[in-house]
Amino acid sequence: MFEFIRQNIWGPLIELAVPDAFQGYVLYTLDIFTKVIVILVGVLIAFAYTTYAERRVIGAIQLRIGPNRVGFFGFHTWGLAQPVADGVKAIFKELIIPSGANKTLFIIAPIMSLGPSMAAWAVIPFDDVTVLADINAGLLYIIALTSLAVYGIIIAGWASNSKYAFLGAMRSAAQIVSYEIAMGFALVGVLVASGSLNLGDIVNAQSGSVVHWFWLPLLPLFFIYYISGVAETNRSPFDVVEGETEIVAGFQVEYSGLAFATFFIAEYANMILVSVLTAILFWGGWLSPFQGLPLLGESSILWLLLKSSFFLYTFLWIRATFPRYRYDQIMRLGWKVFVPITIVWIVVVAGMVVGGMPPWFD
Amino acid sequence: MIELILFYVVAAVLVFSAGMVVTVRNPVIAALSLVLCFFCSAAIWMLLEAEFLAIVLVLVYVGAVMVLFLFVVMMLDINLAELRAGFSRFLPIGLTVALVMIFAMVLVLGSGFFAGSNYVPLKHAAEYSNTRELGLLLYTEYLYPFEIAGAILLVAIIAAIALTLRKSRNNRSPAPAKQVIVKRADRIRLVKMESEQKP
Repeated sequence: MFEFIRQNIWGPLIELAVPDAFQGYVLYTLDIFTKVIVILVGVLIAFAYTTYAERRVIGAIQLRIGPNRVGFFGFHTWGLAQPVADGVKAIFKELIIPSGANKTLFIIAPIMSLGPSMAAWAVIPFDDVTVLADINAGLLYIIALTSLAVYGIIIAGWASNSKYAFLGAMRSAAQIVSYEIAMGFALVGVLVASGSLNLGDIVNAQSGSVVHWFWLPLLPLFFIYYISGVAETNRSPFDVVEGETEIVAGFQVEYSGLAFATFFIAEYANMILVSVLTAILFWGGWLSPFQGLPLLGESSILWLLLKSSFFLYTFLWIRATFPRYRYDQIMRLGWKVFVPITIVWIVVVAGMVVGGMPPWFD
Repeated sequence: MIELILFYVVAAVLVFSAGMVVTVRNPVIAALSLVLCFFCSAAIWMLLEAEFLAIVLVLVYVGAVMVLFLFVVMMLDINLAELRAGFSRFLPIGLTVALVMIFAMVLVLGSGFFAGSNYVPLKHAAEYSNTRELGLLLYTEYLYPFEIAGAILLVAIIAAIALTLRKSRNNRSPAPAKQVIVKRADRIRLVKMESEQKP
């Protein structure tokens, strides 16, 4: 698809408008630009329908119907237009800045929260060739960017000049820093198993079939990564950051309109990112579970989408199933359970790799 | 050409934000400027093809250390007027220290050892992995210094915990391990009895 756009749209346009000397640079820039737009639009559409799916799925789990009314001009769409209606509503609401708030930081905070969660998509490989930036330190880049997501929340909490928002920010800072360590160690396990930091190489190291994927040798790390991912995105049952019963809405209590929606987009983009990463790191990414069979054994982006949809669904499933964790229990789980397990399992994985254990490391 | 422009832009932002750290009155803004400062130095390392160091700088300093810094700075109730009070009194000492530091830096950087021609960054092919090279060096040539540094850091962690851990005498925190193994019979006794007659 990108090849097609390059040859049929950008190619002729550049021939017309740009001097010969710069054509290479301009084409390169436009090429990246196309990919960025495609990824951004994809993530935003996925975001919009994740919010819809969340309400429908949780509705079904709780024996309710969920949003099923909104349509266009009298067309019945089973509520599929709900995200559009929500978006329009958010855009036209007033952005209220509380008195005594630090205005600049108050406005910057949602952007600081959205930026890293979008930038992380730069290194995600969608199939063998489709990746925006095929860099060697891809996994490190992901860890670094997910660790930046906390700034938006902390700054929002502080700049709001509100006690509830501030308490939310404090909880968030402690929680994200704690779970980052477990998450980082889980990723070290993947790094040891695959011998590479490049996400494409990590997927290729898992090729074979379902049993060749890393979920089996790294089973504890897979669970810890996913649970830490849930905790890092501040989703239920780790959503003490915005716990309604104690601190109203936490860090976003003073936000309205589009600024609130930006936090919302960032949260869902992070959720989708964690789902896609779980699929890539532990479940073979774009590889087919039936490699070797005709048609069904083809590797394609559809497998990646299928796998990440499942993990995205699990986010909603968990939210509808478990009650919120108590704060001291969250800290205990992160530091006293996850960190020791990951450290032990990294040693086990290293042993498996050195011993050349089939079918993964032979 | 593009790299040079990038370098100057990033370096300018770096110097500007470093200035902000010491001049801004609000401590939270100063901490955030320090974050920007780290970010720009990471970008400069990236231009030198040291992507591992650059990303680790962002990961460790921006992602963890500065978050805790902000955490503490936000919690402190700092009186801004008091901070500015001693400015004129400490100015001579500050100026002296600054001059000595500038003098020392001029001496070091002006010497032949740091001449520009000695430090032209090498250009590598696209397959070059900075992370792999660094790992190879650390775990072969510099293994002992690396291990010793690790041991010292471990001692520092334990010392820091030992210094701050003050267990209060009447600490009544729950013991989760005991909570988990509790059976119903340990807490509740169901008594079967005949219903009583009304007197």
